[in-house]
Amino acid sequence: MAFLDLSNLQKSFGQNHVVKDFSIAVEQGEFVSLLGPSGCGKTTVLRMVGGFETPSAGSITIDGRDVTGLRPNQRAIGMVFQSYALFPNLTVGQNVAFGLKVAGVGRAERDARVAEMLDLIGLADLGARYPFQLSGGQQQRVALARALAPRPKVLLLDEPLSALDAKIRVSLRTEIRAIQKRLGITTIFVTHDQEEALSMSDRVVVMSGGRADQIGTPFEIYNAPATRFVAGFVGTLNTFDAVVTDPATGSVTLNGLPLALDRPLDAAKGATIGVALRPEAARLGRDPSREVVLPATITAVQFMGAVVRITAEVAGRRFDLDTFNRVDTPPPAVGGEAEISVGARDFILLGD
Amino acid sequence: MNKVFAWIAFLFGVLYFILPLFGMAEFSLSMRRGVYSLDAYRVVLADPQFQATFTFSVVMALVTIAFGILLVVPTAYWVRLKLPGMRPWVEFVTLLPLVIPAIVVVFGYIRLYNTSSWLPMTGTATGTNILLMFGYSMLSLPYMYRAVDTGLRAIDVATLTEAAQSMGAGWGTILARVILPNVLPAVLSGAFLTLAIVIGEFTMAALLDRPAFGPYMQILGANKAYEPAALAVIAFAITWACMGLIQLSTRFSKHTRAMS
Repeated sequence: MAFLDLSNLQKSFGQNHVVKDFSIAVEQGEFVSLLGPSGCGKTTVLRMVGGFETPSAGSITIDGRDVTGLRPNQRAIGMVFQSYALFPNLTVGQNVAFGLKVAGVGRAERDARVAEMLDLIGLADLGARYPFQLSGGQQQRVALARALAPRPKVLLLDEPLSALDAKIRVSLRTEIRAIQKRLGITTIFVTHDQEEALSMSDRVVVMSGGRADQIGTPFEIYNAPATRFVAGFVGTLNTFDAVVTDPATGSVTLNGLPLALDRPLDAAKGATIGVALRPEAARLGRDPSREVVLPATITAVQFMGAVVRITAEVAGRRFDLDTFNRVDTPPPAVGGEAEISVGARDFILLGD
Repeated sequence: MNKVFAWIAFLFGVLYFILPLFGMAEFSLSMRRGVYSLDAYRVVLADPQFQATFTFSVVMALVTIAFGILLVVPTAYWVRLKLPGMRPWVEFVTLLPLVIPAIVVVFGYIRLYNTSSWLPMTGTATGTNILLMFGYSMLSLPYMYRAVDTGLRAIDVATLTEAAQSMGAGWGTILARVILPNVLPAVLSGAFLTLAIVIGEFTMAALLDRPAFGPYMQILGANKAYEPAALAVIAFAITWACMGLIQLSTRFSKHTRAMS
């Protein structure tokens, strides 16, 4: 059995089924993100693990112990909130010591642990400050230290970076991940930000409508999305409807244009399937190393500095593609005809 | 033009309130013929009755405050956390003391808890004191509840509770170490209002026949000339000191300095 085991969790608020049959087995030391739009049930799952909501059905096991019926204060969890939730009446040091004091840890050991935690988050000299004297990023790091101090079995992060400004958000996510790896603590991270989820996690759970649409490594989620929802939610995607002409060789036609997807297809001849391309997978111009060449009409060019985002019309559909800026290649003219080269293996097949 | 009117209104207000006070203070200093003296104050302060009744009322006030905090803080917290739908009802109940006269309540107490009732509270001095304390708590409820509720509004009660719970804290720890310290300025202002109410309360103490400060003021007023004025000035000073302490208490806590 996995370290943290959620099996067949369900939660309804009245007639509203927020979480429907959610299961995941999280290994010890793993960092798992719950990613999805607001209202997809990700926060409710996290709160059920924390004990702040009671599941309507299903069970939660932490380290072999069934905690489904336990109160939050009996579960040995650490939680970090979007709003930091530091105790305003206590200093930074006292905040970090709170859980240890509740657990009855002796003075000397407590002080040592607080110093260790403050050192871990790089705020060793701010122990005597009050929360209102700290910046948002510092407060959230203190909240992390406070959650970790009593050595919880599971760390729960509820959109901890959402209230921070962009720069701090990026630096803090690296820091959180580094601390998590160093302590080897099993972590559940809730976010609606795909970049956060992809960059921090061992595994990502993409949720919609109270279900896990796909559970996989960031690489799998991005490159092999299991459903249309996952494909559309994570990253930008150019989607097409293709008609299968030969399932065995993976030949399809795209608006009359024949192409080979270079893999067997699980669909009958004549069926329509969804195929998609990432903006960075396509290349402007003819590239001999890529099998597929699509004729296109440039409709817009957005020069963003390092990246040039080109919008074109391909097979009657809008097609976004990203190219890196190069000094000797000026962006194409709007309205001009162009060719776009794609590798056959770059096509993503969309399920339902 | 507007400003002139405003100043006239202000001056009128000042005269309306200050003149009687000034007259009373002046009178309280006039016990010795021809010169101002503190004789009346000396007499009042030396009166063992004054000391006894004042001490009684202060002790009653402290007990009332302690009971009020124990009753109101957990109640207001629980209503905010778990029963937000009940808030209008609880607020209504806490406002009732303002519309039900103290004399009605105290008659109710006497009818319900007299020596031939099922719970003869008025049979002993301690029992009657407890009864009086309950009465005082009720009188201070509108102020205490509102003060604490306002204090709770300033903090994120739900998230702080969950943060404490996730670190293993039970309800007692949460109330004592997280909620109460954060609403302490509000609790203190409620406490000083309670002190002011209890020190001056007459009806309940008189009808329950307790040796409180209010009835003492009344008896003195009915029998002496200069001393009641001196006593009134003292009572005013106490009330104002309480109001000053309310102001101070909001600046009391280090962690809220940034907000004020």
